[in-house]
Amino acid sequence: MKKKKCIAMLLAGGQGTRLYALTSRVAKPAVSFGAKYRIIDFPLSNCANSNIDTVGVLTQYQPLILNEYIGNGEPWDLDRSYGGVHTLPPYQAKKGGEWYKGTANAIYQNLHFLNEFDSEHVLILSGDHIYKMDYSKMLAEHEANNADCTIAVIDVPNEEASRFGILDFAEDKRIISFEEKPKKPKSNHASMGIYIFKKDVLVSELVADEKNPDSSNDFGKNIIPTLLKKKMNVYAYGFSGYWKDVGTVTSLWEANMDLLGENPLINLNDPNFKIYSRNRPLPPSHIGASGRVLNSIMTTGCEVEGTVINSVLGEGVVIEEGALVKNSVVMRGTTVGKNARLNYAMVDEHCVIGENCILGDETSDKNNITLIGGGVKLKKGVKLKAGEIVEGEE
Amino acid sequence: MKTMGIVFSNIHDRELGELAAKRTLASVPFGGRYRLIDFPLSNMVNSGISKVGIITKSNYQSLMDHVGSGKHWDLSRKNGGLMILPPFGEEMNGLYNSRFEALKNITHFLKRSEEAYVVMSDCDCICNADFADIVRRHVEHNADITVVYRNKDIRPDKERTVLDIDKDGRVTKVSVSNKMSGVKSVYTNICVMNRLFLLNILENSAELGYKSFSKDVLGKGCKNYHICAYEYKGYFASIDSMANYFKHSLELLDKQKRDSLFNSDGANIYTKVRDSAPCRLEDTSIVQNSLIADGCVIEGTVINSILFRGVKVAKGAVVKDSIVFQESEIAQNSRLNCVIADKQVRILENRELSGHATHPYYIAKNVVI
Repeated sequence: MKKKKCIAMLLAGGQGTRLYALTSRVAKPAVSFGAKYRIIDFPLSNCANSNIDTVGVLTQYQPLILNEYIGNGEPWDLDRSYGGVHTLPPYQAKKGGEWYKGTANAIYQNLHFLNEFDSEHVLILSGDHIYKMDYSKMLAEHEANNADCTIAVIDVPNEEASRFGILDFAEDKRIISFEEKPKKPKSNHASMGIYIFKKDVLVSELVADEKNPDSSNDFGKNIIPTLLKKKMNVYAYGFSGYWKDVGTVTSLWEANMDLLGENPLINLNDPNFKIYSRNRPLPPSHIGASGRVLNSIMTTGCEVEGTVINSVLGEGVVIEEGALVKNSVVMRGTTVGKNARLNYAMVDEHCVIGENCILGDETSDKNNITLIGGGVKLKKGVKLKAGEIVEGEE
Repeated sequence: MKTMGIVFSNIHDRELGELAAKRTLASVPFGGRYRLIDFPLSNMVNSGISKVGIITKSNYQSLMDHVGSGKHWDLSRKNGGLMILPPFGEEMNGLYNSRFEALKNITHFLKRSEEAYVVMSDCDCICNADFADIVRRHVEHNADITVVYRNKDIRPDKERTVLDIDKDGRVTKVSVSNKMSGVKSVYTNICVMNRLFLLNILENSAELGYKSFSKDVLGKGCKNYHICAYEYKGYFASIDSMANYFKHSLELLDKQKRDSLFNSDGANIYTKVRDSAPCRLEDTSIVQNSLIADGCVIEGTVINSILFRGVKVAKGAVVKDSIVFQESEIAQNSRLNCVIADKQVRILENRELSGHATHPYYIAKNVVI
């Protein structure tokens, strides 16, 4: 078979503990976002838009919904006869088997996959961010620099820099230093956790790292610092544009709100860079005679008889008469009953919010989101305070 | 019970006028995101049929673009799947002019197939029907043909095929006329036949003197063949005029009808997926009793209307009792009333366009007003 130039490995095993109830049934990359998407649609669509046709998705925590969602990869044009999307869970082999210990170990355990396609380069991605990026431009720079490794970099506000992997680079973009979550950041150039490696370099580094018992087998903590120590060619690739971590309830809520308004911060409607997703075949949304929808987005199959303000409604959401949904995110298949009131709430998939329920109070804000896990059925008249969490079904 | 499907894509093209001037009836948009062909295709797939031939005649580019390999209907299959059956010039000395001629045209396709039964549907049979149940009845009654009908109060306005049915559900008489009125059992143009029986009729049509499907095969045939009737009770619409198209489209604003068509017993209607962003309703929008597809951006007022994907309604614009096809734009302070705007129409600022419920004002594709 002809060698592929670059394949992608997408780390999708993370639990996303800071999303609380939203990740009790699904891995973080499978969490619903922006009415019709799941977080993983972004890296997968980026691949599809960057001519990368082979993607290994490394799953571990709660993989069932994620596996089903990815399926044969058809929505992202990744149903290929040579290549395409493959889910790669941890497995048992003759010599034993173990859970993925860290990001680098997860790739290490799938060296057979890298060797099977034997591409020149390997792109490492994670499923924690909302962004649109043409990886082919990064690959072009990586090749032009003859880099062993290229790290995508974005400038973050100085006061937030200590939350990230911060790096410093020379004028020619060659990286001089890298520090994971430094107390005193030397710059505001943050690693986006997106790497392109020469495949041979990646394989030998992973093998070496695995032999080191002191290593935590992590790209940011171990692999990248080792490359720099060895004075290998590590370059930065500058990215500017929308890039949002959605690892916390507040940031996920903010990212949803970023889709509202006349000029949303991220444009999902660019015909030249579509974000693909797998959706049920539902008819268009119906806004009823008593429905009122202001500054909100929704996707197919919704039925709205109530009032919706500054909110995001997923596939097939029903808002009954008299209900008021404000500053909230309601995910697919959920019904909000008559006269219920939601303010600063996030309601996961397939919930029922009973009539006259009140979610949120006068102290509600984006740091105090009322959170309802998947499949929860709230009886009539339940009142929940700002920041209260109802765990979903396991 | 192995069954294959046949869809007629061009029947009634002419009656629909401008809407089907540059497309087959099969690719006429309907219901905010669908094309008419989606209904028979989805019904077939939901009934376990995995081989469907679409008989085409002319203007079928838009149809081929829409159906592609058939994968959106799960009809991209190793065995069977979706097949476009264009006219076979040589044999017919030109294009066919009737359903029966069209069927003669696909004799080879039918011969090469191995399925025992054939379900036939027009592309404008807008319904959510379980064809598997019809085939089951067909087999139980050991019928040659099973025709699907619905009871409907008709007026003597156009030609209809009406069935007389005896107490055992057998068709005893088939009348094709434009003079009938009252509640009648009206044929829906959906039927099930034994494949070999159909082939036999097609190959011996000259001797039998058959030229028309309803007048001859059903009309004359009901004396000799075992023709069973099957009543369909769910939502059904067929499109044979612009007024009729307008009426049936806006009917979908009724939740019961919408549910019956789009979610009957969990069976959904499939269509080509376009991956538009969710629709966005701005602070200034007023939307009432309307269907809004993905990709729409609404700043103005939309009442009793259907907007297909990617429609833009600017501030101060009012769209009322209208149907707007994909990617059309209505600029500030324009007003639409009883209008059907085809694809990529642009209505500039301060325009007023109005039709009437029985005579909607139609704006052709790409027109700028």
